[in-house]
Parts: sequence; C-alpha cells; structure tokens
Amino acid sequence: MAFLQVENLGMRFGGLLALEDFNLEVPEGGLYGLIGPNGAGKTTVFNLISGFLKPTEGRALLQGQDIIGWPPHRIAVLGIARTFQNIRLFGELSVLDNVLTGGHCRGRAAWWEAAGRLPRYRREEKERLARAWALLEDVGLADAALEPAGKLPYGHQRRLEIARALATQPRFLLLDEPAAGLNPQETLDLMDFLKDAQERYRLAMLVIEHNLRLVMGLCQHLTVLDHGLTLAQGAPREVRRNPAVIKAYLGK
Amino acid sequence: MKKAWLNLAALAALALILGAAGQWANEYQVRLLNNMAIYITLAVGYNLINGVCGQLHLGPNAFITLGAYTAALLTLTPPEKAQLFFLTPLQWPLSEISLPFPLALLAGGVVAACFGVITGFPVFRVRGDYLAIITLGFGEVVRVLANNLQGLTNGPMGLKGLYPYTNLWWSWGVAAAAVVLVISLVNSSYGRAMRAIREDETAARAMGIDSFRLLMLAYVLSAFIFGVGGGLLAHLITTISPSLFTFFLTFNLLIIIVVGGLGSTTGAVMAAAVFTMAGEWLRVVEEPAVIGGINIPGVPGLRMVIFSLALLLAILFFRRGLLGRREFSWDACGRFLARLRNLKLET
Amino acid sequence: MDLTTLFQQLINGLSLGSLYALIAIGYTMVYGILRLINFAHGDLLMVGAYVGVMGVGMFAWPWPAAFGLAVVLTGLMGVLLERGAYRPLRQAPRISLLISAIAASFLLENLALVIFGGRPKPFPAPPVFTGVFSLGGVFIPRLSLLIPALTALFLSLLFLMVYRTRAGRAMRAIAYDLETVSLMGVNINRIIALTFLLGSLLAGAGGLLWAMKYPQVNPFMGILPGLKAFIAAVLGGIGNLAGAVLGGLLLGLLEIMIVSLFPDWAGYRDALAFGLLIIILLARPTGLLGEALGEEKL
Ligand SMILES: Nc1ncnc2c1ncn2[C@@H]1O[C@H](COP(=O)(O)OP(=O)(O)OP(=O)(O)O)[C@@H](O)[C@H]1O
Ligand SMILES: [Mg+2]
Repeated sequence: MAFLQVENLGMRFGGLLALEDFNLEVPEGGLYGLIGPNGAGKTTVFNLISGFLKPTEGRALLQGQDIIGWPPHRIAVLGIARTFQNIRLFGELSVLDNVLTGGHCRGRAAWWEAAGRLPRYRREEKERLARAWALLEDVGLADAALEPAGKLPYGHQRRLEIARALATQPRFLLLDEPAAGLNPQETLDLMDFLKDAQERYRLAMLVIEHNLRLVMGLCQHLTVLDHGLTLAQGAPREVRRNPAVIKAYLGK
Repeated sequence: MKKAWLNLAALAALALILGAAGQWANEYQVRLLNNMAIYITLAVGYNLINGVCGQLHLGPNAFITLGAYTAALLTLTPPEKAQLFFLTPLQWPLSEISLPFPLALLAGGVVAACFGVITGFPVFRVRGDYLAIITLGFGEVVRVLANNLQGLTNGPMGLKGLYPYTNLWWSWGVAAAAVVLVISLVNSSYGRAMRAIREDETAARAMGIDSFRLLMLAYVLSAFIFGVGGGLLAHLITTISPSLFTFFLTFNLLIIIVVGGLGSTTGAVMAAAVFTMAGEWLRVVEEPAVIGGINIPGVPGLRMVIFSLALLLAILFFRRGLLGRREFSWDACGRFLARLRNLKLET
Repeated sequence: MDLTTLFQQLINGLSLGSLYALIAIGYTMVYGILRLINFAHGDLLMVGAYVGVMGVGMFAWPWPAAFGLAVVLTGLMGVLLERGAYRPLRQAPRISLLISAIAASFLLENLALVIFGGRPKPFPAPPVFTGVFSLGGVFIPRLSLLIPALTALFLSLLFLMVYRTRAGRAMRAIAYDLETVSLMGVNINRIIALTFLLGSLLAGAGGLLWAMKYPQVNPFMGILPGLKAFIAAVLGGIGNLAGAVLGGLLLGLLEIMIVSLFPDWAGYRDALAFGLLIIILLARPTGLLGEALGEEKL
C-alpha cells in the first residue's frame, strides 16, 4: 500500500475545470515533483490534499485512510504539512515563535495546564523549544530567532516557512514553489537541505517547482499537469523526453 | 526565579497600597480605585479575544449584563426580592435562593461563559465584519430580553438596593487574578497559537492549529471574566437596569485596548488605569464651571467627543497604541534602568 | 385581524421596508467595494434629519430648499468620512478599519449631542407630507404612501447611474476586482468617493423621511435603523443592489407583520433582526440574491 494514494481527484470552480482525473501514489519517503505551466492546477492539488478545498470528485488516502472532507488542522496532525506559494508567515511573531507555533499541535497539555505551567506543559514546551532551535540551526536562521518574521529577507522567509512546516513533525511535506525568488546559490543550498531533511526525518515530499533543474536534481518521480490534465508521469528522464510535455512547455 | 520574586513583590506592594487606601482614602477615591480595578479586569478579558486573537468582538456589554444580573439576583435576600418584584414575581428557584457574594460572582461568570459557549458556534462560523455585527447584536438582544423577561429581571425597573459588597479587596483581587490568568495563558503555547490565528488563520490551520477551538477558548474565557466583572460592577453601583450596559461600555473597553496597544495585556492594564483617571478629569468639561468670573455651562457629550476623537486618532496615527504589541516586563524595565544609569555616567 | 387592518399593516410594512432599503443600499455599495461595514452610515441618517430640522424649523426655509440642502450635506459628510476615517487605513489590517468606523460613528453621535443637546427635537413635517388618504374606507397616512414612491424614484435614479454610466461601470468593476481595475488606470479614489457620495445622499433622504415618520430627531436615532438596514443588506445578499432593496422590504414587512400578528412579542421586535441575521449567516451566508464574494485564493 502506498503511503499517500490519490485517486481520480477532480476539482471544478464554477465553470472552470481546474483539475481532472488526477492520480498519484507516493511511497513512504518518496521525493516526488509536480510541474506544469501557470494555472495548470498544481496548487489546487495541494489545497485538496491539505484539506483547504473539497474536491468535486475522487479521494485521497493517507495510509489507507480517506482524508477528503477532513479539516486542514486534522490533516496536519495526521502528518501532512505544507508551505504556501505566496509565503504566509505570522509576520508580527518572532522567527522562533513561528517555528514554535508549528509545534503546538503536538502538545497534549490542556490550556489550564499551560496557564498554570504544570509539569506536563513545562516538559512539552521544553521539548518544543529544543526542537525549534535545532530546526532554526538547520535552516541557518538561529541568529535571527528573535526578529519579527515579517522583517526577514525573502529567501530567509522561504526557509523559515519550511522550518515551521517541519516543526509540525510531518511525515509528508508539500512544498509550493520553495525556490521561487531564490538566487542560484540559495537554490542549491535549498536542494541540499531538502535531500538531507528527507533522509533524516524519513519524510515523503511533493514539490511544486518551476525551476526544472531543481526538480530534475531532487525528485525521483515527476507528474506534469497542464490545464488540469495529467500530461505525463514517471522518472524525470522519461518525462523530459515526453513529446506532450515538450509541447506544453515550449509551445507557449 | 528572580522574576517570580519581583512579581510577588509587586503583588505585595499592591496589597500594601490597598491597605493604605482602605485606611486613608476618602469615599470618592475608593470608588475611583474600584472602578479602575473593574475596568482593568474587563479590559484584560476583552484584549484576549480582541487583541490577541484579532477577532473584533463587540458584545462584551451583553456578557457584563448577564454577569451583573446573575450575581445581583443571587445576593439579594428572598424578602428583598419579593419587595422588588412586586409586578411580576420572580421565577421560583431564584426567589428563594441567596448566596454569599463570592459564589454569586462565580455564578455570574459561569452564566456568562455558558452564554459564550452557546453563541460561540454561530459566531465563529463567520469572521471579520460579520463577526463584529453579530456580537454587536448580542448587546441589543440581551437588553431586549432584560427589558421583557419581567419574571427574571424585573424588566425596565431593574434591580435596586444591592448590598455594596464590592470593596477594594474584591475588585483588585479579581483584577490581579484576571491579569495573572490572561498573561500566563497568552505567554504559553496556547497564546502563541492564538496570535498565529490573528496573523494568518489559514497558515495557522495548516500548522495543525484548531482555530475554532482556540477562538472558542478565548471567547468563553473572556465571557467568564466579563461575567465576574459585571457582578463586581453591579455590587459597586448597587442599582442595575437594562439600559445601563449599552454599547457605550463596549466602546470604552475598545478605546482602552486600542490605546494600550491591541494584543498587549500589560498595555491594556495601564490604559485602563489611565482611562479611568482621564474619565474623571474630563468630567470637568461636562459640568458648569466659573472660570475668571465667566459662567461656562457644562456641555454634555463633550467627554465622549474627546474619547471618540482619541480613539480615531489612535487608530489613524498610533495604530500600535501605548505599548504596541510589546509587553511591560521586568527585563525591559531593567534595560531601561541600565540605559538611564549609563546616561548619567556619560554626563 | 380583519382585511382593513391587514392592508394598513402591509402599507406600513412597505413604507418601513422602503426606508430600510434606502439605507441598506449605502451599506451594500460600500461593502461591495471596500468589504467594510460602514458603521457610521446609520449616523448619516441623523445628520440628514438634523439639517432638515434646522432648515425647516429654525430658519423657516421653504422645505424643498431645506431638504435639498440636508441631502447634499449628508452626501458630503459621507465623502468626508471616507477621506478622514477610511482612506488612510485602506492598507491597514481590517480590524483597524472597523475600529475607525466605530470611532467615527461615536464621534458623529456625540458631536450632535454637544451641538443640539440630548433632548429629542420634534420634526416639523411640511404639510405636503402629512395628512391621510382614504382608500375605499381605509385610512392611510399620506407619508406611508409617499415613502415607497419616493424610494422607488431615488432607486431608479441610482440604478440608472450604476448601470448606464461610465462611472457606474467603473464602480461595478471595482466591486468585482479592485486590484485589476486600479492597474487599468481608473482613478480608484474618485470612484470610491462617488460610492460614498451616492450612498450617503440616499441616507440623507432616508433620514428626512424617517424623521417625518417617527416625528422626532435625536443624536442616537441612526443606530438602530442603521443596524437593521445592514442586516437587510445581508439578507438580500451583500454587495447586490437589488438584494438590498429586497432585503429591506422583507425585513420591514416581517417586523410589522410579526408585531401586528403577535402583539405580545412587540417588545422583542428589535431583537428579531439579529435573530434573523444569525439564521441567514448559518443557513445561507450569501443572502437571497448574493453570490459568494470572491473567497481568498490560496
Ligand atoms: N479558489 C479558487 N476559486 C476559483 N478558481 C480557482 C481557485 N483556485 C484556483 N483557481 C483556478 O484554478 C486554476 C488552477 O489554479 P492553480 O493555482 O492550481 O494553478 P497553479 O498550477 O498552481 O499555477 P501557478 O503556477 O500560477 O501557481 C487557475 O485557473 C485558477 O484561476
Ligand atoms: Mg500555484
């Protein structure tokens, strides 16, 4: 059984068919890519899997359990974390607080335990802090930990968003254009970081990316979307030679 | 640890001041201090849902009314109630019950919190402007109910002759408890999640934060605080009626938390204190006065003009309020003192 | 209830509903463009009414002049409101904008209190608006017929303006997508000001009619009609002009009918609208005629 299995997913916005008959199987720890021209329906796939949209058709099974119709926060607790195409940090919270917020959903202490600083809460908060600092070290933002997240330069914000998503301790990470707006060096660093994280946390990933070099170098498997339709699926090398894909990319 | 001692010292200082005030302050000053404590209590509760969670709740007056009526109905003795409710007798169990003041306060908080639980479901189906107008409606609905449910509220005549239980110890004790509770919640993981919802609810949900539950928590806790505050208020002014707790009261709380810096609990405390004092000083402009031999008639409403202008200017030009989202802390205090000392050394 | 009373109540509800509609239009237009509840809109009603009282009562002007001035001044007050309290905050968090709206509303009310005093002033309705019609043995105040008629007239003018002129087209385009329109070189500020002007002119007219129907004027008279008109706008589908009219008429009829059918409930009348609001938001947040206002895209 695949870790995540998406079957026949379809999404219609009024008259617009944004996604049609989308199928995908991601194994545990798989590094998968999702590419396609603007408006192809890539972000829509993310919104469907993470619970922000309800599909008009199809289902999505996480380890055999259908998660369609679940609210986003429960899906996150199940272990699917995501980033957003147009970075959505908690701008006025500090960098550290952003990451700590990612860890909130793993806490079991009730609000009154938190308000009373009872032992269970104290222990959990200590763990959360340790993990958050470790993540900040990993993404190289430990020096900026106490600054407001909104003040960070763009590239750092992207990294912080990934760190925040990792703080929810996911088993499956959805990254929406993580390299957008990064310079070549930053992109390379990001690639290393993602590969490293995937190994360290036994993490499956689905990455949307326009930067073909990055996806080709990173992913074991690619899905190409265009106008909601799946043009091709398979290993990066094969996909790159697929005539329909070449046409969709070069035809415009 | 050092901070815990400082906090304890601050509480002890408060107790000393209260003891001194009980000894030497005159009736007017005591009343002012009571008012101040109640405003602090209410503002701290309001800031939790409004400033920390970022939801423009406009119905605190509804919850305050509920708390005030509940507590008042419970402290009045059965004969007093029989006398008050001479048109329509009071509903049965209430007409026989009489509770000590602390229990009545608690009951006021619980009733308000229950109202919060019930209304929370429709309220948090919506956000933003809609949430504002629905909660604004609560004040209106509760007033209408208080006017019409004669057998429960005595209608427009209200409740008179409550025993003035609210003294400095009660009002400041409740205020201190509310401040400690809210600050420790806000500075916990829960408070962080609430602030995250304020900043970007979508992102917060993607991080596994159940925004409905957290908003509900803040909303019901604030309702409880409003309820207790209402009970204190009722036993301070000793006469309550449906028209007493209008939107005007909510407006005052809104001024306080905006001026204190939306989201800053310590800012709300300071602003509540300043507001109570300013309200008293500004009373002058509404009373007739003789300045330099010229009779100046009092201008009713001028105080509120000044307050609305203050709110408008604060939101237009100093959106961060007194403290912004910053908090008063011993660390910041220490840094400030250190800076002062350095300045002195340099000169 | 016999037929005569029913008929009278229907007319009564229609005239109250027309007033709600007239005010609801202003809410819905502003909400359509800025996604803001203009909390001070109800208070513009009061501004119009006071200017009317001053003109007709204190200065004894001929009523057309006084009423015209009242409507125009209310319109300008609306524009001033937008300039002073809303425009500076257009990029700010929504909560600031709403708080600013509330502050502006309180400022208007209390300025009126300072200037005119708290005692309600009688509104000297000109003879044209008073008296009763007799329709087949049923007596109906002339005003109850004039209000719907005048409302129909004003609304036709407004619809002409919105659907047949360039400015009206721009207004609708902005309501649909502010950012794109601003990229196309349309002067957004002018159009927004125009929206406020139109809505406030109608509020001014509504204020005069309201003051004649409940013949007195006080600083806080605008609050409740304002809230109810907003609810009417939500009922009809906020952002939708025809919806605001429909919602206003429905709410007016409903209030009058419930009160006349169940006189015992009269005391709860003011709570009815809020109950209705909660039901709409739970059952059909888009209202009767509204479409979902573009939800935020992720
Ligand atoms: N909430 C929504 N309501 C209506 N239409 C939507 C919504 N979300 C997406 N769409 C439409 O669905 C289509 C696919 O959008 P999507 O965001 O998935 O594209 P994408 O592949 O992520 O493109 P890009 O590379 O530009 O991010 C687009 O035409 C878009 O306008
Ligand atoms: Mg996208």
